[in-house]
Amino acid sequence: MLNYDIVIVGGGPAGLAAAVSAKRNGAESILVLERDKELGGILNQCIHNGFGLHTFKEELTGPEYAQRFIDQLLEENIEYKLNTMVLDISKEKVVTAMNRSEGILEIQAKAVILAMGCRERSRGALNIPGYRPAGVFSAGTAQRLVNMEGYLPGREVVILGSGDIGLIMARRMTLEGAKVKVVAELLPYSGGLKRNIVQCLDDFGIPLKLSHTVVDIKGKERVEGITLAQVDENRRPIPGTEEFYECDTLLLSCGLIPENELSRELGVEMSPVTSGPLVNESLETNVEGVFACGNVLHVHDLVDFVSQEAQAAGKNAAEYVLNGKKEGGKDIPIIATQGARYTVPKTVNPQRMDEKHVVRFRVGDVYKNCYVSVYLDDERIIHRKRPVVAPGEMEQIELKKEQLEAYPDLKEITVKIETE
Amino acid sequence: MFDVVVIGAGVSGSASARELSRYDLKVCVVEMEEDVCCGTSKANSAIVHAGFDAESGSLMAKLNVEGSEMMEELSKELDFHYKRNGSLVVCIHEEERDNLQALYERGVKNGVKDLRIIERDELVKLEPNISDKAVAALYAPTGAIVCPFGMNIALAENAAVNGVEFRFDTKVTGFEKKDDYWVVQTSKGDIETKYVVNAAGVYADVFHNMVSEKKIHITPRRGDYCLLDRSVEGYVTHTIFQLPSKYGKGVLVTPTVHGNTLVGPTAIDIEDKDGTNTTQQGIDELTQKAGETVKNLPIRQVITSFAGLRAHEDGHEFIIEELEDAKGFIDCSGIESPGLSSAPAIGKMVAGIIKDLTGAKEREDFIATRKGILDPKTLSKEEYAALIKEKPEYGNIICRCEMITEGEIMDAINRPLGAKSLDGVKRRTRAGMGRCQAGFCSPRTIEILARERGVDPSEITKSGGESKIIVGINKDNL
Repeated sequence: MLNYDIVIVGGGPAGLAAAVSAKRNGAESILVLERDKELGGILNQCIHNGFGLHTFKEELTGPEYAQRFIDQLLEENIEYKLNTMVLDISKEKVVTAMNRSEGILEIQAKAVILAMGCRERSRGALNIPGYRPAGVFSAGTAQRLVNMEGYLPGREVVILGSGDIGLIMARRMTLEGAKVKVVAELLPYSGGLKRNIVQCLDDFGIPLKLSHTVVDIKGKERVEGITLAQVDENRRPIPGTEEFYECDTLLLSCGLIPENELSRELGVEMSPVTSGPLVNESLETNVEGVFACGNVLHVHDLVDFVSQEAQAAGKNAAEYVLNGKKEGGKDIPIIATQGARYTVPKTVNPQRMDEKHVVRFRVGDVYKNCYVSVYLDDERIIHRKRPVVAPGEMEQIELKKEQLEAYPDLKEITVKIETE
Repeated sequence: MFDVVVIGAGVSGSASARELSRYDLKVCVVEMEEDVCCGTSKANSAIVHAGFDAESGSLMAKLNVEGSEMMEELSKELDFHYKRNGSLVVCIHEEERDNLQALYERGVKNGVKDLRIIERDELVKLEPNISDKAVAALYAPTGAIVCPFGMNIALAENAAVNGVEFRFDTKVTGFEKKDDYWVVQTSKGDIETKYVVNAAGVYADVFHNMVSEKKIHITPRRGDYCLLDRSVEGYVTHTIFQLPSKYGKGVLVTPTVHGNTLVGPTAIDIEDKDGTNTTQQGIDELTQKAGETVKNLPIRQVITSFAGLRAHEDGHEFIIEELEDAKGFIDCSGIESPGLSSAPAIGKMVAGIIKDLTGAKEREDFIATRKGILDPKTLSKEEYAALIKEKPEYGNIICRCEMITEGEIMDAINRPLGAKSLDGVKRRTRAGMGRCQAGFCSPRTIEILARERGVDPSEITKSGGESKIIVGINKDNL
């Protein structure tokens, strides 16, 4: 049995930032377990720029952004194992992992940080009818083939879903010589960042069809075409609106799902909204000493925020290892309602929190000329005007310790979207 | 010159080939697809019917009961997944109890063992998620579930090991009858054989009608299915049918041997013998019909939907016989449900017919058992550690959803009749069959397939033919 202060599951952006932060905050022995052949996670296939504007005040590509953190990890002499798959995490924080050279490893940790990231919703989960030929890819799988292996998965492409990976892949496929005919989005608004719609679709003349979905896939061996149809307000296809597109490829960018198989097995309580763990202000799950950060916790738009969140998780895990769980105070639930779908964290303990604490959340619809409001019980303490909020862009508010401590009998904090 | 050419490497063809390989016969299986188990055999309910459904006295009823009784032993001999989970035919209308009783009596007549009718209280104990409308059920403890790929592949592999030759990507185009042998014309040249076994599934009528004046007609009857994630394992534990009634035939809800939950099938008669496309209408119908027998169906946990075609012959009966007007041509046609359940008995019957015609002798060197792909999850920790030490590829997980290692994938590729495509690997190992549906593992599996087969990754297909995954390299047409 190996022993470490902190074992971090996943060597992507979240795991890397958490590891560095944990080390800098006093944790001695840290082990990062990564299933791929290199550190960096999904960033390694994100060769476009636009990363790091918040963190480094410059535009980096995904691999460059990852390298900055990998360099820090190496400077801090933090241990990691590649090609290593975690099989199980026990309540006693024994992490079982496996790789080719060492076989099955059992590692006793004092704290565990979950940083497994997320996966893409598949064609099957979307239940798209039609044939099941080659040429249907999730956008991320196609991205790996193109950006890491140099293979073109198709020449005439239709993309379903306007998530950021789909938008980025519309541009990438075009640059690599494929023809992207259309991007269809089931919802009446895009799920991606505005800047990606402009830079990846508009600049290349690729049409975006909102309120459209794929209703049929043609082709018995390889995709020969797909049929799009407009959908009504209940997202059901409207008969008579079908339009056939000849193509050899359908890319899907229809949402990301936090990859929490290990967390569930461990008994971590999950949010039905995010499919990620429910965490307190320390980003700690209901299992003491088990923390979560990054896309395994909730799906982010910007890696900069993943890094910030992971740094907090790393620091908190280090403090937990050094000083044990901070006792005292009480957990105040944060209620997301009226347009706000969830918050991370789900509870906050004024006694344990930092002077300022960022709470991140998403809205369930597009709201224009609205206010993001925060209530401490019945009293509104934040009322921030926003020209537009959308599900595709994560929102955040900041809670101040002193503000919360001014309400000794505080029962709940509410985050909502208001029209006035 | 072969003694026997079997057309079709589905479960009937493979079972026949395996049984024929017991004898001193030279046997060849021709298959138009790139692999075994590519048609009806791969897309069905994956169940072993107890045998109460088929009409008493029919060949279907006889072979169903026989096949079902042979299945457990066969699964041990050939190492494929089989589980006797029991089946329930649920009656949701009080006034239809007579039908339930009639089904019970037919089952008893067909020789199905341990059948009984149970009342709602017992039913709810067996299946807590049974519909609130359920009043009673026919309980058949001998009903079972099986891995259809595993079974088909096991039969074929064992046949191959016993000397049967398999020719894939070989499409039969016609026949020529010589005095005492047949010339089977194929896309890859003529094959001479003394006997032909027509086990061509939905295409069996085409071949039958090429040689016989007594025409048959097979309708591809499409069945749509939804497969649910293993996260809802235990939602049902028995195979749950709806009692066929004036309200319709209903769909079944069943666990699979791998812990998924399967819902289906619809029954839509079509013309296209390759028409395995699902439709929105079909998928909607499944959800609605399943709701008759079970409650709170976790349909949002769907990980894939698919459709299979039953080879429905107009007479709704298995046709397993030498044709009167085409001697030496043996039909194995009309094999629709319960074809999978009956397959062991079908194989035996086909081989029996040929043995009687030829007087073939049993071989002494017949190998009756086959070891499947090693699943390291079945090993103890110590055994597993030792395995990785010896073969490090078993320490490398390729499919994260089903936790399939590189070692298993290599085994699938390199064994007799090994996998050539992503789907071939999937059916043999389950890599790509989990909740991400190969999004994660497919680039890795392509790499392994290319390496093990010594071809370029761009040659690797999803399922043979033109189903290439990679169409070029970046910027190759700019």
